[in-house]
Amino acid sequence: MSGAGGFFEDLFRGLLQGTPPGAVYALVALGFVLTYKTSGVFNLAFGAQAYISAAMYFKAHTLWGWPKWAALVVSAFVLAPLIGLVLERLIFRHLRTASAVSKLVVALGLSVALPELFNQAARFTAVAGRQITGIIPDGASVFYDPFGVYRFNRDELAMMAVALAATLLLAALFRFTMIGLAMRAVVESPRMTELSGINADRTSAFAWALSSTFAGLAGVLIAPRFNSLLSTDFFTLVVIAVAAAAVGKLVSLPRALLGGLGLGWLIAVFNTFLPRWSGDHTWLRPFQENLTPSLPFVVLFAILVLWRAIGREREASDPLSGVDPPPPALAALARHPKLTLFTRLFGVGFIAVVGSVVWFRAGVLWMHLVTTAVIMAVIYLSVTVITGMAGQISLCQGTFAAIGGFTIFQMADRFNMSVLAAALLGAGVAAAVGAVLSLPVLRLGGVWLAIATLAFAFFFDAVMVKFSWVGGGTTALLTGTRVPRPLVGPIDFASDRAFLVLAVVVLVIVSVVVIQLREGTVGRTLTALRGSEVAAASIGISAARARIIAFAVSAAIAGLGGALLSMHQQNVNYSTNFGPVNALFWLVIVVALGARTVEGAIQAGAAFALFEPLILKGDLLAWILRGEDHLPGLLPISGSWRLVLFGMMAIQFARHPEGLVEHGKRRASARINRWLEAREGAAP
Amino acid sequence: MAPILELRDVEAGYGPFRALFGVSLSVGPGESVALVGANGAGKTTLARLSCGLVAPSAGTVLVDGEEVGSGRPSAWRFVRAGVAHAPEGRSVFASLTVEENLALSFHRAFGRAGLAGALDRAYELFPRLGERRTQVAGTLSGGEQRMLSLARVLVESPRLLIADELSLGLAPMIVDQVFETLGRIRAAGTALLIVEQQVGHALELCDRAAVLEHGLITWQGPSKEAGAVLESRLFETGAAR
Repeated sequence: MSGAGGFFEDLFRGLLQGTPPGAVYALVALGFVLTYKTSGVFNLAFGAQAYISAAMYFKAHTLWGWPKWAALVVSAFVLAPLIGLVLERLIFRHLRTASAVSKLVVALGLSVALPELFNQAARFTAVAGRQITGIIPDGASVFYDPFGVYRFNRDELAMMAVALAATLLLAALFRFTMIGLAMRAVVESPRMTELSGINADRTSAFAWALSSTFAGLAGVLIAPRFNSLLSTDFFTLVVIAVAAAAVGKLVSLPRALLGGLGLGWLIAVFNTFLPRWSGDHTWLRPFQENLTPSLPFVVLFAILVLWRAIGREREASDPLSGVDPPPPALAALARHPKLTLFTRLFGVGFIAVVGSVVWFRAGVLWMHLVTTAVIMAVIYLSVTVITGMAGQISLCQGTFAAIGGFTIFQMADRFNMSVLAAALLGAGVAAAVGAVLSLPVLRLGGVWLAIATLAFAFFFDAVMVKFSWVGGGTTALLTGTRVPRPLVGPIDFASDRAFLVLAVVVLVIVSVVVIQLREGTVGRTLTALRGSEVAAASIGISAARARIIAFAVSAAIAGLGGALLSMHQQNVNYSTNFGPVNALFWLVIVVALGARTVEGAIQAGAAFALFEPLILKGDLLAWILRGEDHLPGLLPISGSWRLVLFGMMAIQFARHPEGLVEHGKRRASARINRWLEAREGAAP
Repeated sequence: MAPILELRDVEAGYGPFRALFGVSLSVGPGESVALVGANGAGKTTLARLSCGLVAPSAGTVLVDGEEVGSGRPSAWRFVRAGVAHAPEGRSVFASLTVEENLALSFHRAFGRAGLAGALDRAYELFPRLGERRTQVAGTLSGGEQRMLSLARVLVESPRLLIADELSLGLAPMIVDQVFETLGRIRAAGTALLIVEQQVGHALELCDRAAVLEHGLITWQGPSKEAGAVLESRLFETGAAR
């Protein structure tokens, strides 16, 4: 084999090899487009839905020994549509007229909570090494070799056939049937659809049942490709498939199919030729090692940033949105002065009590947890800036925090720099990365911005962390990414108490900065932009400057918080602290509790660090009851219920998009305001 | 015989804001009512209430003497009961084509068999729409979008048509033509509830008038007498003419 014939043969083999994974991407991308088209939801929980059906199939067929057809029917055609209907009824029906961004947040919450809920309810744990046998008889062991260069197995052929057939059938559904037309209409304006005499509720219920069934089917078909069933694998698959769906701008099914196949081909061709070329050109080697796993994210990022047509179309807004009540103002703005005074006094008192209990009574563990809560609150304030103030969803806050952590690790490790100075440097580096990143992605806005930042986070995870000047390379593998605690003059922050004080000081400073930013020109500009970009532009406000500042400040805060967290744990612990999926968790918890206020971020920090030990393990109750022996039998509750509760929070967010804490505060202050006013009215 | 639409002591609003305070109004078969009032008087809210887009916070909305949809806003039930609504502004599906916009309503009203005929009637009414039938509605001009949302309800000739600010954004000639069409479907038996700033046109078309001020109906009577009432009562609020 040599010469041109060899090259073309290899190319052809590469293309054939890339077709089955391409069909996988296409299948997920099709489902993604289907959900987006029929419900307007950027459904990152698609992977979770697919996972549940795959797991159900595995349980029914492999563990219970059901026949394949029965397992398939139950998992993909009963359970999957049922989940879709429940999601529609409980959550997405109330979100139909919400912005695409708040739907995205809810979908993110579900992507974490749904698999956990299933695992808990069905007592399912993924068993490593137990592969799923697919629905096709002998799917993995009977091969066909039509061209004499690559052998397809039956599973692969079935997947390719289903992807093609689904494209044709679904395209026909949208083109020729009234239900297809009605589903598209409901996405744009449920009320206008109702004015055409169509039951919007029933239409969107059908849409969710349909797209969930598709998710289930895709999950069962794809599962045999994985070594073990993990919901995170499905999530990563969805992020990859978004690249394919973006090729069709999220609405074209045939283009999503082509996008998926194209991605599969691209990766296979790179895999074929890069090793060969890097034999001759050694400088290609690091790329060869890193590019393949990150290629989908690079492609996704490139499509979003380079393709000018994406993000240019404004979200088609509901012409009847005036029917909805206007969003209420922050509770603090509508408060009775006496109530404000009382709240402040209570806040100071509460912090004083908790502070002194922690200071004088807390053991090592509790000191550690409270410090974590304080530091997480710092990191969450970065979400307050970018999401609460600027109204943009960034899914790479974890990456910014990681940059802060890695900077102090590198500086301390290589140059023996003081860690406090390195932390400021880390914040600066994160701010610079944030500003540079914001230049290409800010144009996008909305869900596209969220996806571009998610692609960046996955790219950082797959490529950048592996470089020795970032993640420490082989030394880090051996000794870990160790970070010392700061030492300032006589104060040694290796003491946990001293470090807690440091964290609190940083939290106070950052809170003041955030409040100043909100009340200042940048904050007002961002508020105006959130209201109406067109109206803001017409009075001479530039969107770009304020948003770049917001992005940079937010990245700096995240970087500082990441640096603090690394010092606290005396290790960067990248994958447990700052992995791409963690940052999704952060966003949902902050937004659900209240992204517009500093208190919201602090409460989110406390919830993140303290909820599990305090409530689930029953420590608070044990303290109240004076002893662990008195605890009721259902405690301690398994930590994974935390994730389920987290999903409940997402559901609550659907009903109260201003945030749970904010919602409670608003109701309470309205009631107390009325009472105070009535008393004042009665007095004279 | 029960009126097609009856509002009994209805109150409504948006969140903390109240727009209507105890309004009663009824429209019988074949009747036509002009609703006039200043900006912010609550006209649009009353129109939305009458077609199920907004649910009343107090009082009842009856269609043919029966309550519809048990308090939840459900416009589609009103439409199926023969109460059609042309909302104010550019109320079209911006991402669907002109023909898809129309088909969505016509398919339900006339079935697959009657769809083509209904589309033809719409294009006859507004030839401009016929020229752009495959164009995406979001790319139409403001006036053309108005035509599209009107064509939807005018062709259907429902039992009761609620029209909110029909003439807004249309050229005077087209406005005349729209009112001519309204006169025709009225003659054919459709009842009308017209919300209109162009008071002259509306009073000419309708038998009855109702004056809405600050969320209350302050006067009801024959349209012929309405002119004088409006002169005296509404001049200071700026709603006359």
